[in-house]
Amino acid sequence: MSTPVLELSGISKTFGAVKALTEVDFHVAPGEVVALLGDNGAGKSTLVKVIAGAHPADSGGAIYWDEQQVTIGAPADAQRLGIATIYQDLALCDNLDIVGNLFLGNERLHFPGTLDEVEMERRAVELLDSLSVSIPSLRVPVAALSGGQRQIIAIARSLLGQPRVVMLDEPTAALGVAQTAQVLDLIERLRDQGLGVVLISHNMADVRAVADRAVVLRLGRNAGDFPIATTSYEEIVAAITGASDNPVTRRSTRTGSSATATKDKE
Amino acid sequence: MSQQTHVPHSAGEGQPENAPRRDPRLLATVASPSGWLQALRRNLRGGELGAVPVIVGLLLIAIVFQSMNDRFLSPQNLSNLTVQIAAVGLMTTGVIMVLLLGEIDLSIGSVSGLSAGVLAVLAVRHGVSEWVAIGAAVGVGLLVGLLHGFIFAKMGVPAFVVTLAGLLGWQGVHLYLMGGDGSINTSSSGPIAMLTQTYFVPVVGWFLVLLALVLYLVSVLTVERKRRLAGLPYKPLSEVLFRAVLLALPLVGGVWILNQYKGVPLAFLIFVGFVVVLDLVLRKTRYGRMVYAVGGSSEAARRAGINVDLIRISVFGIASTLAALGGVMLVSRNFAASVSTGGGAELMMAIAAAVIGGTSLFGGRGNAYSALLGGLVLGAITSGLLLLQMDTSVRFMITAAVLLIAVVLDAVSRRGRKTHARGGA
Repeated sequence: MSTPVLELSGISKTFGAVKALTEVDFHVAPGEVVALLGDNGAGKSTLVKVIAGAHPADSGGAIYWDEQQVTIGAPADAQRLGIATIYQDLALCDNLDIVGNLFLGNERLHFPGTLDEVEMERRAVELLDSLSVSIPSLRVPVAALSGGQRQIIAIARSLLGQPRVVMLDEPTAALGVAQTAQVLDLIERLRDQGLGVVLISHNMADVRAVADRAVVLRLGRNAGDFPIATTSYEEIVAAITGASDNPVTRRSTRTGSSATATKDKE
Repeated sequence: MSQQTHVPHSAGEGQPENAPRRDPRLLATVASPSGWLQALRRNLRGGELGAVPVIVGLLLIAIVFQSMNDRFLSPQNLSNLTVQIAAVGLMTTGVIMVLLLGEIDLSIGSVSGLSAGVLAVLAVRHGVSEWVAIGAAVGVGLLVGLLHGFIFAKMGVPAFVVTLAGLLGWQGVHLYLMGGDGSINTSSSGPIAMLTQTYFVPVVGWFLVLLALVLYLVSVLTVERKRRLAGLPYKPLSEVLFRAVLLALPLVGGVWILNQYKGVPLAFLIFVGFVVVLDLVLRKTRYGRMVYAVGGSSEAARRAGINVDLIRISVFGIASTLAALGGVMLVSRNFAASVSTGGGAELMMAIAAAVIGGTSLFGGRGNAYSALLGGLVLGAITSGLLLLQMDTSVRFMITAAVLLIAVVLDAVSRRGRKTHARGGA
């Protein structure tokens, strides 16, 4: 495996009396899709926010970018490094049009500092064409778009900054069948272009379809790092839920099936 | 926002080689006056009212008052009207910035009074040069605005409360500065007085009209040519010219009327100048885009790497600076600063003008020209009622009714936008 573009080691994050992350390690290499898994409250979102700079980590851990130690104290730091994040709630400005949203915070300018709308719209058309997205007009406010269209716009926006790591939080959660396939295609295309992709998803089918590795968090700690190709569904579920005493094993004992989810990793 | 200029239009039948590919779902606008009329009707039904209700309102006001007093549309009255609206108009321009953020600034009246007080005390009591005094008054406005913005953005106090404290507090400072004097008279010949006493000879007015039209045509044609070369939807020449004529009508008409009296007043030019500059800043610069973004969704803006706090602080700074400039104009018109300067209906008029002009109270929607349009509506009503020798009480009631109509239109058009998939902010 090539050297990681982004590596975190010993990252902790405390919110008041709650220790959301404890000594978490994580890394992603160029051209790799890493699924970040865990139950609700396991710390996935917190880890994403630490990487994205929305919630800086507590002191103690270290973040390496291209093997150089860096600090990510604000979203702008992460953006400058080349980390793009697409949150579940998309964070689009409803009153701006598609072009305005795509280039928000990253506008193309003419020499005297005015917006180069023509260049932005041209690049937006190019980009959306390359994603096989058809939207009647790029000048409608995004409030007028459907959920799938908004997701595509949010992903497309992250690509304009030429990122090297893209983090997607539940990108297919609200999408129809065709649009889900489109997003998965898109993730593979990003990987083929040599980007590191971090995929947060509860949908194991999606994870198995595109991810190379699955990093599991449980109660704010690392709970396993599995190569997808050689790991069974049950092993991953066991890591997510924690121990042999979990609803899945209870069910398999009850139904008498020979599920192998009882293997306790620790 | 200038939705109108963004709506792509096809080149119609017989497209040239590099004609943009158009989505078949998009309704085409036929490049003819009837086609534009259809598009206009579609926009209106979809809730994109634009400036139409205000212009209709202005025409109605003109017809009603002219029929009741034939001096209403006289060049002298219209010229006075443009000077009268300049002070509150400048304040409105600042309020629009704050409204675009989805916030409100209740202190602008007091800040304009404070600025008037600073100006008069420095220029008259301390004999400071009037230019320096003007600079100091506007500078005080800037500092006050930055303070409001800082408390709002960094400490998380609602803008409503911060500026409510400002409303009271700055009026207090204003009274303190004035000392025992109820009013301080300023020179009737210095730079301060010149601001509202200067009129330009006719040729200057015509030159400005020509300049505006040429700049408009050149910039629009350049953009449309670039869009055509980039393979994007663009407006045909006929439509550009049609729009230019629509722009030329009020410009030529206005300057023609103003020239029949004393010429274009400097005060009005300053007001319009700020409106135009602000419009360009809002539509054409990264800063303006950020203001709209913060107004639309501050969280989205923050995640896009925009320094939301800085935008908020700067917008409150600009709003108070413009309010202070409005205060300077008030002194200039009255040749005096009094304890009541800026303490009357100015605040309500400024906010009402912004809303009447079409800026949404809910943030993220509106443009700088609503200051001009809203100011003209309120100024025309005030001037008409004064001509008819109506009482202030009647003026307040009528202004309130107009404001309500504007807000209802805003709310109804929001609903229209939602059901017609144009996005209700």
